[in-house]
Amino acid sequence: MMSKIGQPNTKLPMPSISAGDGQKVVRAGFIPLVDASVLIAAAEFGFAAREGLTLDLVKDVSWANVRDRLAFRQFDIAHMLSPMPIASMLGLGSNPSPTITPFSLGRGGNAITLSTRLFERMRDIDGVSEKASALENAQSLAKVLRDMKARGEALPMFGVTYPFSSHNYEFRYWLAAGGINPDRDVKLVVVPPPLTSDALAAGAIDGFCVGAPWNMIASERGVGRIVAAKQDIWPSAPEKVIGMRPEWADSHTDTVSRLIVALDAAARWCDLPENHDALAEALADPRFIAAPVHIIRHVLAGEFSLDAKGNRRIIPDYFKFHREFANYPKPGHALWIYSQMIRWGQAELSEQGLKSAASAYRPNLYRAALGTGPDHADLGSEGMNVSDRFMDGHVFDPTKIGEYVAKFAVRTSPPERLNSHET
Amino acid sequence: MKISHSELTILVIDENAIRASIIEEGLREAGHSNVTVINEVNGVARIIETTKPDVIVIDIENPNRDMMEHLFQLTRTVSRPIAMFVDRSDTAQIEAAMEAGVSAYVVDGLKKERVKSILDMAVSRFNAFSRLQRELAEAKSALEERKVIERAKGILMKMRGLSEEDAFALLRQTAMNEKKKMSEIAQSVVTAAGLLM
Repeated sequence: MMSKIGQPNTKLPMPSISAGDGQKVVRAGFIPLVDASVLIAAAEFGFAAREGLTLDLVKDVSWANVRDRLAFRQFDIAHMLSPMPIASMLGLGSNPSPTITPFSLGRGGNAITLSTRLFERMRDIDGVSEKASALENAQSLAKVLRDMKARGEALPMFGVTYPFSSHNYEFRYWLAAGGINPDRDVKLVVVPPPLTSDALAAGAIDGFCVGAPWNMIASERGVGRIVAAKQDIWPSAPEKVIGMRPEWADSHTDTVSRLIVALDAAARWCDLPENHDALAEALADPRFIAAPVHIIRHVLAGEFSLDAKGNRRIIPDYFKFHREFANYPKPGHALWIYSQMIRWGQAELSEQGLKSAASAYRPNLYRAALGTGPDHADLGSEGMNVSDRFMDGHVFDPTKIGEYVAKFAVRTSPPERLNSHET
Repeated sequence: MKISHSELTILVIDENAIRASIIEEGLREAGHSNVTVINEVNGVARIIETTKPDVIVIDIENPNRDMMEHLFQLTRTVSRPIAMFVDRSDTAQIEAAMEAGVSAYVVDGLKKERVKSILDMAVSRFNAFSRLQRELAEAKSALEERKVIERAKGILMKMRGLSEEDAFALLRQTAMNEKKKMSEIAQSVVTAAGLLM
C-alpha cells in the first residue's frame, strides 16, 4: 500500500459530499475562455448566491483534465465543449464516463484565423477581397492549396482544440464547404488555445479555429487574419455547455434546479451591453482569462479586428449568452454534433448511437427549473431560416441523419455506413 | 497473455526535466528498463510510433494533454489507450494521482497490478518532488529572513549604538508587541533606514 507523502502541488481535494440533496458548494471546472462568462458571472455577480449556492470555480489547462476531473468527482459540474457530453455518452475518447448537460452556456465565440502569410497568398493567387465572405475565403484557400500541391509544398497545419470540439467540426465544415478535404488536403493538429497566437507567429501552424479572445489576439498582433466566424458557419451551433454526471444530477435535483436558475439569470445579465464593462473587468482578472481588458471588451461587443491593418467587422450576435433560448439544451443540436462525428469517421450511425447522443442533452431539467422553453420542436429541422442558415445551405433533419451525411460531397465515412438506422 | 509477461515500455512526458529524471530513476529502480523520457511534446507522435509505449505518464498541468487525445483519435499506434485508470473502482489511487498531478494513458488489456505499481511510483515521486520544491522554497525564504534580520540588526547597532544582543532583543520585543514576524519588523527597519539615510 502506498503511503502519501507531503502535500500535493496541485491541491484539489475531493469536494465534500453532502448527504442527499441540498448541496451548497458546487465545484465547477473551467477553461479560461470568454464563453465561460455565464459561469463566471454567476459566481462573481451574486446570481449563484441568490440561489443559496457557492460556485467554487477551478481553472484548468486542458479539456482532457476537465473530463477526467468531472468523471472522478473532483468537479461537480464543468464548462465543457458542446460535443464532450455526446462523445462521453457514445463511449468515444480515452476516458468516456457518462456526462449530461441541462444548460448550454450560449452560442458564438469561435472564429477561424489564417496566418497573414497564407492570406497574402490567397490575395496573390485568387485576388480575394478584404471583404470576402467565409465561403469565398474557403474557396480561395482551396485554390492556394492546389497551387501548393502543384509546387510540392508541405501541407499546411491547422490547429483545433480537441478532437470532440465545436472547433474541430466548424473548421472541417468550413474547409469542406470550400471543397477542401480536411483529412487529405491539410493537416489538423491540436494546439491549446492560449498557445495558438504564438504558434501562428512562430510558423508552427498556418491557421486555427478557437474561441475568444484568441483570434482577436492573433489579428491584433498582426500574425493572423480572421476569415470566418462561427456565425458564418452555423449561427445556432451550441458552443460550450455545463456538463455533469447523470448520477449527480439525479441525487441533487434541487441543487441542479437552483444552479440552472442562477445560470439563467447570469446569462440574461451577460447579454445586456450595459453590463459588458463589468463583465470584461471580471473576465480579464488573472483568476479567470488573464487577457487585456480592452480586447475582451471588443470581443463581447463583437467588434472584430480582422487584421492589424485596421480592417474591422462588427458581428452583432458574436456572443449570444441568453436570448432566443440560447441556453436550451436542444437534443436536435446534439444529433447535429453526432452527424458531424459520423461525417468525419469518429462514430458510426446506429440506433443505439442516436439514443445515446440525444440523451446527452437534457431539456427536461432545463424546463423543470425554469418552467419555460422554446416553442419549436426538439427534433425539428435546422438551417431553414435566414438567421439559422448553414454556410453551404444544407438543411439538417435530425430524423434523417444518414441522408444528411450522405449529401456532403466531402466526408470521411463510407456510404454503406450511412444507410438504414433512421428514426 | 504474452503482453503481460513481457517487459512494459513506458514513456514519461514532463516539461519539468528534473521531475522527469526522478521518475525515470524510480522506474529503473523498480526494474523497468524500457523507459523513454521527453521534456517537450514536439515530435511526440513520432516517438510514440517508434517506442510503442504500453504506459504513458504525463503531468496533469501539461496543456498538451489535449494533443495526446487527438493523437490517439488519429493513430492506431497506441491501441485503445485509456486515460489513467485501469481500475476505475480504485478511487483512492485516482484521488492520489490527481492530487499529485499525474495522469497516464495505458494500453487496454494490461493487468492492473502491473500498471498500479507504476502509477503508485509516479505518484509518490511527484509528491516527493513537490515536497522537495516546497522545502527549497522554505529554505530560501528562511535564508532571506535571516539576511534581512542581520541587516536590521546592523542598522540598529550603528544608529542607536546598541550591542548585537540588544539590537536582536529590540527587534524581537517589537515583533512580539506588534504581533508580527521578526523578519517583517526587520524589513521595516531596513526600508525606513533606506528612506532616512
